[in-house]
Amino acid sequence: MNVKLKSTLVKYRSIIGLILFSLIISLLNDRFLTLSNISNVLRQTSINSIIAAGMTFVILTGGIDLSIGSTLAFTGATSAFMIFSGVHPLLAVFFSLLLGLGLGMLNGVIISKGRLQPFIVTLATMTILRGATMVFTNGKPISTGYDAYGELFNKIGEGYIFNIPNPVLIMIAIFSFGYFILKNTTFGRYVYALGGNEDATELSGINVDRIKIFVYGINGLLAALAGIIITSRLSSAQPTAGSGYELDAIAAVVLGGTSLAGGVGSILGTIVGALIIGILNNALNLMNVSSYYQLLLKGLVILIAVLLDRKQK
Amino acid sequence: MEKVLLQMKGIEKEFPGVKALDGVSLNAYEGKVMALLGENGAGKSTLMKIVSGVYKRTAGEILFEGKPVHFKNTRESQEGGIAIIHQELNLIDHLTIGENIFLGREPRNAFGVIRWKALYEEAEQLMQSLGMRENVKAKVADLSIGKKQMVEIAKALSIHAKLIIMDEPTDALTDKETESLFAVIRALKAQHKSIIYISHRLKEIFEICDDVTILRDGTFIAESPVSEMDESRLIEMMVGRKLEDLYPRLEVEIKAPILEVKNLKNKHIRNINFNLREGEILGIAGLMGSQRTELAKTIVGAIASESGEIFLRGTRKRFKNTGEAIENGITYVSEDRKGDGLILSMSVKENMSLSALKKMSVAMVINKREESEKTESMIESMSIKTPSVNQRVKNLSGGNQQKVSIGKSLLTGPDILILDEPTRGVDVGAKKEIYELMNQFKKKGMSIIMISSEIPEILGMSDRVMVMHEGTVSGILEIKEATQEKIMKLAIGSREDLN
Repeated sequence: MNVKLKSTLVKYRSIIGLILFSLIISLLNDRFLTLSNISNVLRQTSINSIIAAGMTFVILTGGIDLSIGSTLAFTGATSAFMIFSGVHPLLAVFFSLLLGLGLGMLNGVIISKGRLQPFIVTLATMTILRGATMVFTNGKPISTGYDAYGELFNKIGEGYIFNIPNPVLIMIAIFSFGYFILKNTTFGRYVYALGGNEDATELSGINVDRIKIFVYGINGLLAALAGIIITSRLSSAQPTAGSGYELDAIAAVVLGGTSLAGGVGSILGTIVGALIIGILNNALNLMNVSSYYQLLLKGLVILIAVLLDRKQK
Repeated sequence: MEKVLLQMKGIEKEFPGVKALDGVSLNAYEGKVMALLGENGAGKSTLMKIVSGVYKRTAGEILFEGKPVHFKNTRESQEGGIAIIHQELNLIDHLTIGENIFLGREPRNAFGVIRWKALYEEAEQLMQSLGMRENVKAKVADLSIGKKQMVEIAKALSIHAKLIIMDEPTDALTDKETESLFAVIRALKAQHKSIIYISHRLKEIFEICDDVTILRDGTFIAESPVSEMDESRLIEMMVGRKLEDLYPRLEVEIKAPILEVKNLKNKHIRNINFNLREGEILGIAGLMGSQRTELAKTIVGAIASESGEIFLRGTRKRFKNTGEAIENGITYVSEDRKGDGLILSMSVKENMSLSALKKMSVAMVINKREESEKTESMIESMSIKTPSVNQRVKNLSGGNQQKVSIGKSLLTGPDILILDEPTRGVDVGAKKEIYELMNQFKKKGMSIIMISSEIPEILGMSDRVMVMHEGTVSGILEIKEATQEKIMKLAIGSREDLN
């Protein structure tokens, strides 16, 4: 094969994989390639991909964040509580996002100033926040209520603009913005630098701690956003919401070709990774595969995809 | 008639788009040391990777003990009798000497249980045959680099290697350790082992090698007995042109002090007093462990100081991090390009612009055109050899990587440049280019602190020499009064009997 063509194929391998994968599924099942189903897949993927966008930043710096599923549940609960208590949705969303940002930044502060492993720190905060959510909700769902504010709040997750579900629009906005930040800003460059070589980045005059605090902050913020969307779609906050979501997000990032060691990868890869997971789930649902087998197959697909990717390199 | 152990003929190696080796020959003779010489990028490492089976050759023939061989990986070449001791040693720090020597090949009994007694006895014998009296149950982490190298050699002997390849073995050794390494090499020769010795240090070639093979730009230049060569001919063959004076020192008018350091102290250094004058190169000499790098990092704020003062143009400064030092015009170029100097996963451009990125952006948005223009013109003015600014810095030769590292500092527009071992692991041609660059900076009025372990370089380039010993300044010499002996005396800490 011609060298240039080969390198192009390698470069876009995840997208090519996604397209081939979708083609196979559309051959197997004629309901897959319908507008309503595609819109459905995109909406289902939006939560995981919004979290995975934040996770991409963290993983690019060579870190990991296990706490976002709990952050999602906690901020979902606070937003539902505020709506229920009659706070204007705009304010409730603002404060919940701020809370997510703050919780994420706290992770970053502990990791950077305490010089601790991100895995351990976020494992601890994952547990703490899940506990805090349980305490806050008393283990029961919090309804957003059905007054005018509740209805308005629920539009975030349920509404459409030009026939496109709001969460999908939010997802597209997040990825466009994330792409711009990673490609075109000093912060984005420092994220890659930090993941490539922390000592060299620090010696180059860059405040490494600040970058770490920001990436975990972004991750917390996006987890809160996902929490708001889920709460709004369900009209209530579940105390167990988001458990295990961090792992789906990590899987999407890795499927998208980002290295867990940091420094290498892209946020566009992440959305492809999230779509592969989303389409797989959808296809298995369409084919009436039991959810037990779904988990099994999902794990296998992730393993095979990562192995194939490794071989390419 | 000497017996050829390894014979490589017409070796070619093509990577996508580059021909790394073209018709290269290399012989290794039994009981002799063959030097392999060439600038960085000449193809030495590629050739060694072909011998050991890491790379597959595109064309050519390899005969080992007279038989054609095709090693597919290092395991096969090891079993065939070839051991490589890499520049970065391949030891596991928290295992013992014995465990490291026999890693993966531990003697076992019929049940697969390791026979520890036999392992340590054999390890001890091997170490003793190298004149080492270390406890073989000691962790490798506690050994000096010189002793670690001996463990690697013991490992090579334990697999009954007939050919031992040493890649820059003395790069991190003290003079004394180098001496004991040479004693071991001589002993290995007496046991009819064959050695391929890669080094940039030409003096060592004359001391320890019997023959020399020279490569340049992936082609074979010559093979000759060392006795028929002299230093300037070797250099000429390596770089392909005559190098008149290796150290092109430039005399400039030296002005008032720009930087003054008073009583600087932390856990690495104490009682540090010196100044740096505008337009001069202040060389800092010292042995390993003299804490020169730590001093430099303390000045730029990468390591915190406990007490003491730093004055920049008469104003007291305290840098909390390197970023603040850079803003004040002081930059540090690391001695350890792979460790904390460069980001190997990034491109040449991204590495070079890293420290100055803030200056090339508005509201955090990078002006990409400005970034490309500035890095491209820096690449041109420093004559960095790279196919494009977007090349990964990992793929550049050592000399070019070093220039990228210096270029990164220059783009911040510094007044004071601290160069830590600026020519370590850099070949002769690139060395000279780096010296020329330092002279250009001097002409522009920049002041330079140059940390170096090579005394000829210190004597050749500095205007003044500061010598350090165990975290203190043991003396400062004007270049006119500095000699190799005086510097060595100060470096080992005997201050009294100077003069």
